[in-house]
Amino acid sequence: MKREGEIRISSGCAISGIFCRDGRRISGEAIRKSIAVMHNRSNGLGGGFAAYGIYPQYRDYFALHIFYDSQEAREETERFLDKRFDIINLSKIPTRQIPAISDAPLIWRYFVSPLPHMLQDSQLDEDEYTSRSMIRINDSITGAYVVSCGKDMGVFKAVGYPEDVADFYRIEEYEGYSWTAHGRYPTNTPGWWAGSHPFSLLDLTVVHNGEISSYDANRRAVEMYGYSCNLLTDTEVITYILDYLTRKQGLTLKESSEVIAAPFWTTIAIKDEEERKRLSYLRKMFSSFLITGPFSILVGFSGGMMALNDRLKLRSLVAAEKGSTVYFSSEEAAIRVIEESPDRIRAPRGGEAVIVSLDKESRC
Amino acid sequence: MKVLDIRKDGLEDIGKQGIGEVTITGCLGERYIGCGMKDGVLHVVGTPGNALASYLDGGTVYVDGNAQDAAADTMNAGLLAVKGSAGDALAYGMRGGRVYILGDAGYRAGVHMKAYEEKKSILVIGGRSGSFLGEYLAGGIIIVLGLGYEGRNITGYFCGNGMYAGTIYLRTDKTPPNLSDKLIRRSVDKKEKEDILRPIISDFASAFSIPAEKCLEGSFIAIEADKSKSYSQLYAAV
Repeated sequence: MKREGEIRISSGCAISGIFCRDGRRISGEAIRKSIAVMHNRSNGLGGGFAAYGIYPQYRDYFALHIFYDSQEAREETERFLDKRFDIINLSKIPTRQIPAISDAPLIWRYFVSPLPHMLQDSQLDEDEYTSRSMIRINDSITGAYVVSCGKDMGVFKAVGYPEDVADFYRIEEYEGYSWTAHGRYPTNTPGWWAGSHPFSLLDLTVVHNGEISSYDANRRAVEMYGYSCNLLTDTEVITYILDYLTRKQGLTLKESSEVIAAPFWTTIAIKDEEERKRLSYLRKMFSSFLITGPFSILVGFSGGMMALNDRLKLRSLVAAEKGSTVYFSSEEAAIRVIEESPDRIRAPRGGEAVIVSLDKESRC
Repeated sequence: MKVLDIRKDGLEDIGKQGIGEVTITGCLGERYIGCGMKDGVLHVVGTPGNALASYLDGGTVYVDGNAQDAAADTMNAGLLAVKGSAGDALAYGMRGGRVYILGDAGYRAGVHMKAYEEKKSILVIGGRSGSFLGEYLAGGIIIVLGLGYEGRNITGYFCGNGMYAGTIYLRTDKTPPNLSDKLIRRSVDKKEKEDILRPIISDFASAFSIPAEKCLEGSFIAIEADKSKSYSQLYAAV
């Protein structure tokens, strides 16, 4: 497989998201319908979905979705997991054989919790313990790729058009309060299963339309903090940057958005003094995490979702609301197909993070 | 007037309808509606897709709802009137004709619009525009009315950056933030308002059946290139 930068293929992509602020769990049918409207923005080389609230019966366990190229990779990974985690359930992820999706890897799901004595010996919290273990698998077990590893959530992705990927994974059988979707038209790298979107670490997922021109600078910066970019796609690095800024540095999502899509110095210069100081601090302190080049992203996490454009708004993004449901999409049509008359519809500005979260009473 | 459903009749068959007045319903993201249309009148119901009325060449396109990205791209002649809002990159490289948006426009509206001899492109935005309005403007007129945004910023950042001809009129007395020092901002006097703005804005108002006086209320400012400061050394030393 050629690495990022070694091959160029020309461009597009579609993203879509649905978030129920009241915690109502809806089937994957709606997100499939939405992303399918934007069929022409993808080219069949990748599609995927992230869903939150889909495993309430295993809410307290990390849900691992893993791709394997071979049985050997599976056996090696399971030996690795056995040593570190209590596996309370494991199974193949149910799929539907359809002609549009072929060359599937082995797709497994595990519900696990860190072995208490191992966790204690590591002196890490369970999130860090788990994320380090997952990075180890991606980095050192040939043919094993952790697709998602958060609690009460999961990523379903493949090579194909997103609507076909939905059918393949029987997405309509899952119910979640938050959904994101991606239709891929890879630009710099070949389309492959683990390289489809969403990318994720713990409960954080990212779908991305665009192309990061600062990829290598960002990759070098984030790899200094123990992350490892193995999935040959620029979006992977956004996921690790956001995990680093929010989970390790303790920044809020809004602050993180002001790091990765920092305003221009000329724009900062006309703000009032306090805001100028704050924005300058974020730019200077985390300068290696500024992401340049066009992007519109949807970031999913437990209990919320964030939509963000690059500061020049070089990719399209539309937001809408109807009652307690929030919609995001690359095109307005993809929202109208599932909600004909939203209460409000608007285009967020470049660098303006739109963050939604569950209403207080529906948090668990 | 013929009424056709884009889901049943398809865009190609609708294109074969020939001159006249046609309404198409059920639009949901279909691209290139009214692309290159030379004559006739097209009413669009629903949410048309990207590149609506691109290369429009004399026909008239009315849109009931919102337009997505790249509407009126490289348009040459005719009229596009959108009752809702428009997405990003509206009227990019437009060479002639009129584009009227009653609501807001996204980022990069009117980038590199042109004028040549009798050809003069006109873009009127009823609400506000995103950043980079009229970037690299080479000719023609852009008007932003800011209806409903009185007293607020109606253009975003980098308005008119790199423009070297044409005029941007804004119905406000506030100078856009970050205005380049290669541009001049001047107040519009009564005569210019009557002679240049009134005819265009009256036509805009009549397209949407709204009162023209409301759109002409208050003061206007104009943004133009400062001819004394050339761009010749912006990218390369000469």
